[in-house]
Amino acid sequence: MKFFAFIVVLITGALLMYATVDMPDWGDSDSPANTHVSPRYLEKTIEETATPNAVTSVLGDYRSYDTLGETTVIFTAGVVCMLLLRRSK
Amino acid sequence: MIGRFEDVIIQTICRLLVPPIQLFALYVIAHGHHSPGGGFQGGCILAASFILLVIAFDLRETKRRMSEKVNIVFCSLGVIIYSGIGLLCILLGSNFLDYGVLHKILPVDPANARSLGILGIEIGVGIAVMAVMVSIFFNIASGGEHEEAEELRE
Repeated sequence: MKFFAFIVVLITGALLMYATVDMPDWGDSDSPANTHVSPRYLEKTIEETATPNAVTSVLGDYRSYDTLGETTVIFTAGVVCMLLLRRSK
Repeated sequence: MIGRFEDVIIQTICRLLVPPIQLFALYVIAHGHHSPGGGFQGGCILAASFILLVIAFDLRETKRRMSEKVNIVFCSLGVIIYSGIGLLCILLGSNFLDYGVLHKILPVDPANARSLGILGIEIGVGIAVMAVMVSIFFNIASGGEHEEAEELRE
């Protein structure tokens, strides 16, 4: 069984390595990630949000719904930790 | 870590260090627009100052400054500030979390209203992260038994 699992891991790893060949080069300016919405965010961030730090404007404005989810995840983690660990007498 | 540990050097150094740490945390939260930083990072630094207090003094001393009930309120308050700003945008007649519409109630143009909206949610995130980190540390450090562990040591 262990040997079978090792074979599965090996095949999955080989497939993943093979898939990385299709990835765009590191820092490639023509890759889809750098040609679709990123240039628009970088060009319009001062004009639209008056925030020089593009990371903050993407995190807090363009993708603020995602950040709300992150905050809720942290809140849920805190509440669950309190429920599991806290023992009051 | 729970019981009192007397050491003049450590306690004096921590007493001097905690205010600058908290000031730096507020700077990181407020300056997220212009430099690396924001609510998550600033909240973690703010929580680190309370964890330093627990290590240098004890849990009871720290809970006098940051009690459990206040902590739980802060946990929820952060998320409420965040979603409250989002709901405010709906009430002013726009989409959820579309801060541009806040210029109706703030004396600035839409672009700067967005900037202030981002600052508002960063403050909410900072409060939530700080309270959650502190509460998790309190619970793990004392095994969940805040009062009983203190009585055992004394």
